[in-house]
Amino acid sequence: MSNRVIKILVPAISIILGLLVGAVVMLFSGYDPVAGYIALWNGIFGDSYAIGETIRQISPYILAGLAVAFAFRTGLFNIGVEGQLMVGWFASAYVGAAFELPMYIHLPFALLAAAVAGALWGLVPGILKATLRVHEVIVTIMMNYVALHVVNALIKTVSGGSYKTDKIQPTASLRSEFLSNLTDYSTLHYGIFVALGMVIVMWFILEKTKTGFELKSVGFNENASQYAGMNVKKNIILSMVISGAFAGLGGAMEGLGTFGSMTNQGGFTGIGFDGIAVALLGANAPLGIIFGASLFGSLKYGANNMPNAAGIPLEIVSIVIALIIFFVACGYIIRVGLQRLNKKKEAK
Amino acid sequence: MFILISNYKEKLLYKEVKPLEYVIEMLNITKQFGNFRANDNITLQLGKGEIHALLGENGAGKTTLMNVLFGLYQPEEGEIRVNGKKVNVTSPNVANDLGIGMVHQHFMLVENLTVTENIILGNEPKKMGVVNIKDAAKKVAEISNTYGLNVDPYAKIEDISVGMQQRVEILKTLYRGANILIFDEPTASLTPQEIQELIGIMKKLITEGKSIILITHKLQEIMDVSDRVTVIRKGQGIGTVVTSETNPEELATLMVGRQVTFKTEKGPANPQEEVLSIENLVVLDYRGVEKVKGLNLSVRKGEIVGLAGIDGNGQSELIEAIAGLRKVKSGKITINSKDITGLKPRKITESGLGHIPQDRHKHGLVLDFSVGYNAALQEYYHVPYSKNGLMHYDVVSEKAKKIIEEYDVRTQGEHELSRALSGGNQQKLIIGREVSRNPELLIAALPTRGLDVGAIEFIHKRLIEQRDKGKAVFLISFELDEVMNVSDRIAVIHDGQIVDTVIPSETTEKELGLLMAGHSKKENGQHVRKEGVDRDV
Repeated sequence: MSNRVIKILVPAISIILGLLVGAVVMLFSGYDPVAGYIALWNGIFGDSYAIGETIRQISPYILAGLAVAFAFRTGLFNIGVEGQLMVGWFASAYVGAAFELPMYIHLPFALLAAAVAGALWGLVPGILKATLRVHEVIVTIMMNYVALHVVNALIKTVSGGSYKTDKIQPTASLRSEFLSNLTDYSTLHYGIFVALGMVIVMWFILEKTKTGFELKSVGFNENASQYAGMNVKKNIILSMVISGAFAGLGGAMEGLGTFGSMTNQGGFTGIGFDGIAVALLGANAPLGIIFGASLFGSLKYGANNMPNAAGIPLEIVSIVIALIIFFVACGYIIRVGLQRLNKKKEAK
Repeated sequence: MFILISNYKEKLLYKEVKPLEYVIEMLNITKQFGNFRANDNITLQLGKGEIHALLGENGAGKTTLMNVLFGLYQPEEGEIRVNGKKVNVTSPNVANDLGIGMVHQHFMLVENLTVTENIILGNEPKKMGVVNIKDAAKKVAEISNTYGLNVDPYAKIEDISVGMQQRVEILKTLYRGANILIFDEPTASLTPQEIQELIGIMKKLITEGKSIILITHKLQEIMDVSDRVTVIRKGQGIGTVVTSETNPEELATLMVGRQVTFKTEKGPANPQEEVLSIENLVVLDYRGVEKVKGLNLSVRKGEIVGLAGIDGNGQSELIEAIAGLRKVKSGKITINSKDITGLKPRKITESGLGHIPQDRHKHGLVLDFSVGYNAALQEYYHVPYSKNGLMHYDVVSEKAKKIIEEYDVRTQGEHELSRALSGGNQQKLIIGREVSRNPELLIAALPTRGLDVGAIEFIHKRLIEQRDKGKAVFLISFELDEVMNVSDRIAVIHDGQIVDTVIPSETTEKELGLLMAGHSKKENGQHVRKEGVDRDV
């Protein structure tokens, strides 16, 4: 088995194992796993409406995954994607509603606002890390709470005491009649193209630009980078800012696409935290993130169909979904197992 | 030269080694990784009660061979016998049970645990479910006394010296009942005094009935302690010689495969105008303590100035200050009359500085970058390597290929991770990167640390080449041989100041040693201890 084969086999085996254990759980709880998985499948791919909704769900996951992966590739651990995403969501919803501009200005403006808001939220831990060596994990976690409550307060302020911001202008919307019609009136919007575009942007920055070279170098070895004349502080801050901008755009998917507004948040959206898993599943590589986000998005959306179609309670569904993701995340164990098998074969 | 080698080979083939009782025999071991033969038909026989050196260049396959013995790799061909019985070493646990212990080059110790705790880690003796430290400590102290190791069982690892930590590693293997000890490059991180002590310990171990395999590429060590030497080169077993019947020159030739000059050949220097000038430099260390105390120094075009001194007398701070990595408290540094004091590292590099840093892993390379990326680390930001913010990786690759070829960097190619290279090849890569920029001033800090004779010779040649091209070279070294051999002038540093500057041909190692220890030279030839240095020495 070559390394390439192992690379492809690992996620495949992981998913199958997850499905098997999930089936056992359903069986023991007295539900029919076959019906359950058929419901899951139909929930994801069943009809064009389901496919549309699944793709819609994937877009913010891609961006959250990119945010985590970008920081990770440049030596930082951004746990604050959740908060950066929320401020991005609010910024996009606010700009989308508060201004009246032609679409070709308004939509980019609203997207930019989301990216800038996320970037600013990443700037704070970046500066603290670069200048005072405060660990970014602590700061970003705390910034999540700050984001949650600041955003809720802002929603109340801008809406004049209501729990929800005004509906965005159509000129700022990512909604697409064409895509919606194509998928049987799902809420699929242009956001997926923004997300895929950003995958290319991330790859381009890291692999093609001078900035990417510096960011990676500083991430791997600050001392050698400083010795080579790079500005270490600047690069640490920049890494958090770019990461935050990706996260902010993830928020815009919700603000300008899915919801067209922002409602008072009772707790975290979870997308930002799932972004960590998405990035790790995807090995922090651009294509891998699309895979990770697709898995998360599909399971998340498709699972909604399991209670309806197969009568499995939501709690069991959550366990099954968690098990599948758990096994994919355990890919390392499977990889080691495969390599052992390989070695044994070689030894013979 | 070829005849010379084949002569040696004959000598090896026809020499019957005196019959020994072998505790370990590795016969015709071959280990293959893909198409690459890391070990090709190597035989090593360790006699009871002998110190057997395993000699080879960096990357010759010494470590692979020992990993085969230790059960980490399974050989494709050949067999291993312990005490005459054929064994199958399938894992390190099996090796342990056979009484084989390894003292690793990089110590595997938990810093904030005590000596005893480290020794019993993973195999804790228990009394009613609770770890019985007391009995273990007693046993550790007993072993320590038997072998004269002088280790305090209750000392914390972080509080004891590197030499002492190594003894803990030795103790660990003895505690687990090892009769055969493998030392992997044991002297790499020790001071000369600690090396002497280690040699004493090894001899003591032998008298107590242990047998030792010593992996090294330092010839003098082999001459000092070993009974026999097995030489391997590029994965092939070259043969085994009796230490008392050989000499360093012969060993070097066997190891490298050609004759090696120990005395560096070079013509007379032709110094021109001053390139580096340092006036009254004061630099603080990270704790804010003055380490460079009003130092004056000058290096001219066409000469190599060596800086001799004992580690910790301000050398690191001096280099970092010149390179712009450390703040200058007062004083002035100029390169070609341009004041570079307090400039950013990149500005100083652009003013004509090339720098081979003393710690190649920390400052020299980004280990997780490819060889190619590292080759461009000092120049990536300008044309032709990048343009309008975009990298031109094809140009970077071209440059890397050139360095790989010209500086004989042995690698699978410019895309290989630098981490995968051996120390000598990493160093050649750094030297290639710095020298190929043709800097006016080249600072080489401990450029040959941990390298084998072949690589050392290569690096010295490159330094002299730079000098002959009319560049200034500033060499910092803790090895007196190196300073004496390569430099045209030697500046001796002690306690943050240059105590004297001498010409190599007009001085002796003894005189240098005294100067390094803080004695100053007086007109009448007598050495007088300088005031206020006693507390430091």
